[in-house]
Amino acid sequence: MNKIISKENFSDKVVKFEIEAPLIAKSRKAGHFVMVRVGKKGERVPYTIASSDPIKGTITLVIQRVGKSSEKVCQLEPGDYITDLVGPLGKATHIENFGTVLCAGGGVGVAPMLPIIEAMKNAGNKVITVLAARNKDLIILEDQVRKFSDEVIVMTDDGSYGQKGLITAGVEQVIQREPVNLCVTIGPAIMMKFVSELTKKYNVPTVASLNTIMVDGTGMCGACRVTVGGVTKFVCVDGPEFDAHQVDFDEMLMRLRAYN
Amino acid sequence: MPTQEYLQAERAQLWREELRKTIKNKERTDRIRVKMPEVDAKIRSRTYDEVNMGLTPEQAQAEAQRCLDCVNPTCITGCPVEINIPKFIKNIERGEFLEAAKALKETSALPAVCGRVCPQERQCESQCFYTQKLGKEPVAIGHLERFAADFERESGNISIPEIAASNGIKIAVVGSGPAGLAFAGDMIKRGYDVTVFEALHELGGVLRYGIPEFRLPNDIVDIEIDVLKQMGVKFITNCIIGKTISQEDLKADGYQGIFIGSGAGLPNFMNIPGENLIGVMSCNEYLTRVNLMQAADPESDTPVQMGKKVAVIGGGNTAMDAVRTARRLGAEKAMIVYRRSEEEMPARVEEVKHAKEEGIEFLTLHNPIRYEGDERGRVQRMVLQRMKLGEPDSSGRRKPVAIEGDTISVDVDEVIVSVGVSPNPLIPSTFSGLEITSWGTVVVNADTMQTADKAIFAGGDIVRGGATVILAMGDGRKAAKAMHAAMSGF
Ligand SMILES: Cc1cc2nc3c(=O)[nH]c(=O)nc-3n(C[C@H](O)[C@H](O)[C@H](O)COP(=O)(O)OP(=O)(O)OC[C@H]3O[C@@H](n4cnc5c(N)ncnc54)[C@H](O)[C@@H]3O)c2cc1C
Ligand SMILES: Cc1cc2nc3c(=O)[nH]c(=O)nc-3n(C[C@H](O)[C@H](O)[C@H](O)COP(=O)(O)OP(=O)(O)OC[C@H]3O[C@@H](n4cnc5c(N)ncnc54)[C@H](O)[C@@H]3O)c2cc1C
Ligand code: SF4
Ligand code: SF4
Ligand code: FES
Repeated sequence: MNKIISKENFSDKVVKFEIEAPLIAKSRKAGHFVMVRVGKKGERVPYTIASSDPIKGTITLVIQRVGKSSEKVCQLEPGDYITDLVGPLGKATHIENFGTVLCAGGGVGVAPMLPIIEAMKNAGNKVITVLAARNKDLIILEDQVRKFSDEVIVMTDDGSYGQKGLITAGVEQVIQREPVNLCVTIGPAIMMKFVSELTKKYNVPTVASLNTIMVDGTGMCGACRVTVGGVTKFVCVDGPEFDAHQVDFDEMLMRLRAYN
Repeated sequence: MPTQEYLQAERAQLWREELRKTIKNKERTDRIRVKMPEVDAKIRSRTYDEVNMGLTPEQAQAEAQRCLDCVNPTCITGCPVEINIPKFIKNIERGEFLEAAKALKETSALPAVCGRVCPQERQCESQCFYTQKLGKEPVAIGHLERFAADFERESGNISIPEIAASNGIKIAVVGSGPAGLAFAGDMIKRGYDVTVFEALHELGGVLRYGIPEFRLPNDIVDIEIDVLKQMGVKFITNCIIGKTISQEDLKADGYQGIFIGSGAGLPNFMNIPGENLIGVMSCNEYLTRVNLMQAADPESDTPVQMGKKVAVIGGGNTAMDAVRTARRLGAEKAMIVYRRSEEEMPARVEEVKHAKEEGIEFLTLHNPIRYEGDERGRVQRMVLQRMKLGEPDSSGRRKPVAIEGDTISVDVDEVIVSVGVSPNPLIPSTFSGLEITSWGTVVVNADTMQTADKAIFAGGDIVRGGATVILAMGDGRKAAKAMHAAMSGF
């Protein structure tokens, strides 16, 4: 049982939680996630650790309401307990000084991107971040992102904030303008697919953090499997980050529709 | 482990001598083996109730009378933990059921479990005098074991073993499967301060997430774990050793010994075309959804696909559990696809029999080579290669070989792949100081279960790469004995 310390609504859809989890706060690294279950009949669902405070013993999750399970978490209030929380899971992000790193985050994908932006900056990289969402209200964590980015480009589908256009337009601007050593992309699978196709065209090495359906999150079931470079991988233990140019995004998109 | 002298001394006790005289051996051997009462196949294939209903005291005593209380009880050699089989059976015969349960607990940590899930026909019962010398059906050792353990539990008189005075030495156990539970039980008895860490949110390992309730009701596992709790074992769920807590953290927290019972939880796939289609899944995924997450309960948030035409690939216990689960979840056609013949199937004979009674079809000597899906990526069809048996391989089983060009195509809407598991890589990949084989198993000294790191012992599927409940438990007990010996400086 893990206690919720604080809650902040970023929008009607996106909520930030600070949760007591001292052991995880101590051992987690950028890129790690946790499995969360709310209630005895609840499902186990994965969420990335957006940040942590090892001294306070807390971790931060940023959660978007999309269906039943995320809704259940988002209804919890400070003082409530999460029935089960386990982690940190997955492989940590490979951090080093690559040179210039372009981070492309869409929607709630910005939350899992934040610790990577921070770690990349601290490793000495020049970090350029492209934030994208359908409209202004759905752009999250902009201030935190700005803190660790050398430059931030905001894209909205409807032009209500930043530039009007898709994330790929923002990414292409940067690539055409200056050399980029690595691109990191996190967001809806379809978005990562298009970012990946674009960076492939420009030969920019790209890492995508995949959000497949999971059950246990520990390598036990294979529900999370994806094809990377023609080989089946388990996202929860082999990932969640993979070479985006090797990922079979069409298969992944198909498998995400298994239960609807 | 019982010595010959001990066995003979026990056998020479007056009550046993007298009991032997009450019925002539000829009369004992003329009796036919008791039949386990079962829920009717038509009814049970729609419910999750346990199939075997258990023996009545009368049935148990009648079956116990068949046992000859042999001078040389060969049955014991077939039991991996060497339960004193005639001792417990003769206690049943004379009506001392609680004594029978005690005799079981001398060597087995979970008799109610093993009585249900041991492959008896290959272990104790295969070595029974009846099988070996008389060519008759063996004494129903498994059914009797279950009877005694259930009787004790239902009587409310579960004996909580004596615990030695605490010695304050902290011991960590990784994993709450049968290996970890057996180890924990034996160490707490010896006075250690034992904490079991479990990665999942429920305890019991495969006993919980793998073996379905119609074979092993959850209550039985819960009660065994409760006994351990009453004895003082601490359990911490949602804690992954190597991730949440590292090997160094354990040392820093003062744990002086570690037992690894992390199991073989990694599912194998066949890497054939179409295996990632929707509706094709590992047996672990299917059983975890249904057993651990209770996905078949409409109140549960976890979904599970309930196929109408379900194929399960494989011939082990896991495959039988999956196919019979699919039947219970409404499959009209539920099939086993196995590349060898029925004779080579590793599943318990009783499970195969039960499956057949429940209307499961057996496509033996068939092997999938490809799956095909519809435009939404859902599996629709499987293409099977017909096989024949060739020469025996290194395991002594006849090797299946493809009959070139002979394939069939079968309509399916769900495929469950049950072709074995690999050792859980979490510990091998995060612990230092262990020796790991190329299969990913942890290397131990077979007599002591000690690893290359003197403070770390291991047992069960992480060492054997997939075995049985009783072997895992046996390992746990052996490790406890050896760790205690090492710690007390013997
Ligand atoms: C490694 C990892 C990290 C993640 N981190 C975050 C995070 O930090 N914040 C966040 O809001 N979400 C994150 N997700 C996604 C989150 O797990 C899903 O949104 C959640 O499981 C949806 O459950 P639901 O019951 O609310 O929605 P459902 O009703 O189950 O599904 C709603 C929609 O989401 C799709 N879906 C189902 N499961 C997933 C899934 N696991 N991932 C993506 N789509 C899914 C369905 O196809 C459906 O279209 C992460 C996923 C993974 C695998
Ligand atoms: C469906 C199925 C049916 C079976 N039927 C039979 C049968 O009828 N008869 C029989 O004898 N055998 C049967 N078996 C085999 C038997 O269940 C196993 O051999 C036995 O459970 C192995 O025990 P174990 O303690 O080694 O591991 P497990 O039972 O696998 O338990 C390991 C536990 O460790 C946990 N764990 C792993 N890594 C970590 C970590 N790093 N930190 C914390 N916890 C961790 C896991 O979550 C798990 O709970 C069956 C197996 C399956 C899957
Ligand atoms: S533990 Fe298993 S092998 Fe041993 S006597 Fe019992 S049923 Fe037979
Ligand atoms: S071998 Fe068979 S008959 Fe003899 S003691 Fe064992 S169970 Fe009884
Ligand atoms: S979620 Fe089960 S193996 Fe990845």
